[in-house]
Amino acid sequence: MLRVESLSKTFGKGSTNEKLALNEVNLSLQEGEFVTIIGGNGAGKSTLLNCISGVYEIDEGRIILDSKDVTSDPEYKRSRNIGRVFQDPLKGTAHDMTIEENLAIAFAKGKSVGLQSGVTKKDTTLFKERLELLDLGLENRIKQKVGLLSGGQRQALTLLMATIIKPRLLLLDEHTAALDPTIARKVLSLTRKLVSEEKLCTLMITHNMKASLEYGTRTIMMHGGKIMMDLQGEERKDMTVDRLIEQFEKRSGAELDNDRMLLG
Amino acid sequence: MSVMVLLGSIELGIIYAIMALGVFVSFRTLNMPDLSVDGSFVLGAAVSAVMSLNGHPFLGLGIAFIAGCGAGSITALLHTKLKIQPLLAGILTMLALYSLNLKVMSGRANIPLINKATVFKPFEGIILGGYDYSKLLFSLAVLTLLLLLLFLFLKTRLGFVLRATGDNDQMVRALGVNTDLVILVGLALSNGLVAVAGALIAQSQSFVDVGMGIGMVVIGLASVIIGEVVFGVSSLLRRLIAVILGSILYRLIIAFALEIGMPPTDLKLVSAVIVALAMSMPILKKRFL
Repeated sequence: MLRVESLSKTFGKGSTNEKLALNEVNLSLQEGEFVTIIGGNGAGKSTLLNCISGVYEIDEGRIILDSKDVTSDPEYKRSRNIGRVFQDPLKGTAHDMTIEENLAIAFAKGKSVGLQSGVTKKDTTLFKERLELLDLGLENRIKQKVGLLSGGQRQALTLLMATIIKPRLLLLDEHTAALDPTIARKVLSLTRKLVSEEKLCTLMITHNMKASLEYGTRTIMMHGGKIMMDLQGEERKDMTVDRLIEQFEKRSGAELDNDRMLLG
Repeated sequence: MSVMVLLGSIELGIIYAIMALGVFVSFRTLNMPDLSVDGSFVLGAAVSAVMSLNGHPFLGLGIAFIAGCGAGSITALLHTKLKIQPLLAGILTMLALYSLNLKVMSGRANIPLINKATVFKPFEGIILGGYDYSKLLFSLAVLTLLLLLLFLFLKTRLGFVLRATGDNDQMVRALGVNTDLVILVGLALSNGLVAVAGALIAQSQSFVDVGMGIGMVVIGLASVIIGEVVFGVSSLLRRLIAVILGSILYRLIIAFALEIGMPPTDLKLVSAVIVALAMSMPILKKRFL
């Protein structure tokens, strides 16, 4: 489905701030796999997602999506097969446009963008049905501007927008990190529901160790721009947060000092 | 203020409202302050004047629009393809257009259109109380048509994407749309409208001067901001109408200032002050109210 081959990325090459963010990363995803990614700050998690989605140009390696080499495709072209939700709830929606208009743009993904009517009656009915899934009452506020929604509501809407046209790959970059715990849990369970219903191939970064084992079918841990650990199957089933931390410290040779990760 | 002055200001306000709609497209929907406006306004005026000299004033409006679209496209390409900051890209286009406009005008700094065919000629003679309403009515018709088309356009799928690009370009790319192309369409449309306004002004005053575009972008911004502050922004249609009313109100303010004895040479100074005041409204309100 997705193949990342010896992917390397260095920021600020040649400057004093040079930083190797990704160091020959290899990763292969099967159809329908839901992979959670954990790791400390600067481990390269977000950089990996941004390289896959085309936000960053990569230095070396190849990215193959659906057996097609997309390494040189610009971000917007790759987006036609990739759905994304960002950490910042403000980044996934246009705040000055209505819920309906935002969904309409998402729903037009992969279709020609021309002088057709932006949103039809039929679209609206469909949007309302989809919004009901969120259970946030947004289906009754479809003509309201997104700027009026809370962060959690916006994030739930972004998730819906990212999946309303079924993507081949869904990338979630700590999409619940900026939300308060209650709504974060809600968005996470919604994520699980959408991903399993549509059998979406998903990469989800999380700072929460527990969630990384609880959600998804496979967990990878990154450190220093490399994948340190790849848990699947039986090994993952038997894994606990404590043992995960222990394993991480052993393999990376570093203390896990990220409170945020431990507490979650 | 006499009725004549009042009507004259409204007439000017209506024509400049077309330019203000263009500025609205770049400044508000694309969130890009585009300074090419000063050049594309004169480009529209120059093209229209030359077409009038050749006896095709109406066709001239269309060609002015297309020429303006071309100018806007250059700014867009400088920004998106060559990664020049939007402000500087606009300035470069504006500067280049100065020479280009002189070329359109065959090297002359101005062209008078006295006794030539203009778009207003066929409608002349709608006189009421000593005022000839032909210019006002024809301009109003053009403005209404363009307002309607712009409104409908902003409700299309492309229009949605255009508005979203100014709001959050990252989201638009994440949803599979090439934002470079969207910016091209937006700036072309914006400068096209500005050029039509330039053309109508040339026709209205029967005169084109290569320096007539100086400060146009500021006047456009003033209209947009005054409109928004005074008439509200609750819906898209309301916003567009607010911009138009803002343009008319701006002309009335200027007319009033001239009436109470401001020398015409101070016009640009006053325009700049109005825009500075209007733009700092949120801060001023917070501090003094």
